[in-house]
Amino acid sequence: MIRVTNLKKSYGSLQVLKGINVHIHEKEVVVVIGPSGSGKSTFLRCLNLLEDFDEGDIVVDGFHLKDPKTDLNKVREEVGMVFQRFNLFPHMTVLDNITLAPMKVRKWSKEKATEKAMQLLVKVGLQDKAHVYPDSLSGGQAQRVAIARALAMEPKVMLFDEPTSALDPEMVGEVLAVMKQLAKEGMTMVVVTHEMGFAREVGDRVLFMDGGVVVEEGTPQQIFDAPQHERTKSFLSKVL
Amino acid sequence: MDFRFNIILEYAPFFFKGVLWTVGLSLVGIFFGTILGLAIGLGKMVRNRLVRLPFDWYVHFFRGTPLFVQILLIHFGVMPMFTAQPNPLVSGAISLSLNAAAYIAEIFRAGIQSIDRGQMEAARSLGMTHVQAMRYIILPQAIKRMIPPLGNEFIVLIKDSSLAAIIAAPELMYWGRAMQGQYYRVWEPYLTVALIYLVLTLSLSKLLHRLERRYDA
Ligand SMILES: Nc1ncnc2c1ncn2[C@@H]1O[C@H](COP(=O)(O)OP(=O)(O)OP(=O)(O)O)[C@@H](O)[C@H]1O
Ligand SMILES: [Mg+2]
Repeated sequence: MIRVTNLKKSYGSLQVLKGINVHIHEKEVVVVIGPSGSGKSTFLRCLNLLEDFDEGDIVVDGFHLKDPKTDLNKVREEVGMVFQRFNLFPHMTVLDNITLAPMKVRKWSKEKATEKAMQLLVKVGLQDKAHVYPDSLSGGQAQRVAIARALAMEPKVMLFDEPTSALDPEMVGEVLAVMKQLAKEGMTMVVVTHEMGFAREVGDRVLFMDGGVVVEEGTPQQIFDAPQHERTKSFLSKVL
Repeated sequence: MDFRFNIILEYAPFFFKGVLWTVGLSLVGIFFGTILGLAIGLGKMVRNRLVRLPFDWYVHFFRGTPLFVQILLIHFGVMPMFTAQPNPLVSGAISLSLNAAAYIAEIFRAGIQSIDRGQMEAARSLGMTHVQAMRYIILPQAIKRMIPPLGNEFIVLIKDSSLAAIIAAPELMYWGRAMQGQYYRVWEPYLTVALIYLVLTLSLSKLLHRLERRYDA
């Protein structure tokens, strides 16, 4: 589904990604962990080219992102993204937030888009919030709407960048529950998170990043119970 | 102090004509200033530095030099290149439009750039093109924030139109000065003129307030 080879990226003189190789299979849930500033967000944002990269190649669903013939908007239609700070559109109702892209990008009819949106709102448990504006939602509700908004495009892959980091602790569970459900349904997911419980329970594979490289990867059991590298061990000892 | 209402009455028809020209100049300035300002504001947001340069300098020049000087340059310097008998009203309208455009360009740019980057990213991550994201996500939010500073600029523009009196454009201030010259009186012409400007700016300000509130609802 996604193949990343030798991905390199710098901001000015600061090299943030120093050659990343990752292959993400269909229906796989890959969890990315690592200390702050290790390049997790940058890596994720390269996968839908919100961030341009300098070297290497990324192939998403058969599209080479660096190929000038590739229509990036087409790629992004297939790659949903959920942000730490939700980024809901504040001037639109929840329903309009969800239906806008399917109508304008996928050219669905209003009826079709609305029907899909209502299904998704039921799925994330917010059917009664369809006609309110985002600023009246709690953080947990806002993030669930953001997930519904991304899912409305029927993407093949979902990227999550610390989706629960901006939430009050009591709201983390409701968002993780939606993500778990999604994983169970077979969605391909790449999740950057500090929720180690989620990583262990839902992740098929865990990548530990530090200093712009993937230091270690493996199943949750391998990473959490028997880490091989010193940096992994010291990171885990701090967060577990 | 005696206050001669009779000479104000005598000048009333001139003040009336003058107000019409003042409103006309201001409307022309608002209209073309806004259109030109939008174009320049977009130009200033281009990533390429070379493309951006002329737009940057346009704004530097018109914000960094007095409107007074700009009016004189345009009326006595630029316009004679195109016509033997420059019309002061036309020169005034052009000066005001060009000057307002510089300020309005900054208002547009600031309004658009004040929208959180995450909004554009969210829109693009959903597959929207840059134009779609601008149209459906960024501009609707930015315009709401632009209304107060734009209103402010329009009020400045009404007042600044009085500078066109210096090139004998027959707007309100011109007639105030004419009256002062004829009767050697200070309070009657200038208080009358001031009061009329105040009515104009307060009306506009009320109008904008209403617009703002409707946008908020
Ligand atoms: N737009 C930018 N311009 C310059 N430097 C940046 C930019 N974005 C990120 N960086 C730098 O790149 C490095 C990696 O950032 P990144 O956000 O990918 O880290 P992260 O692993 O996601 O960290 P966190 O856990 O804090 O989110 C950091 O040193 C950061 O300061
Ligand atoms: Mg990050």
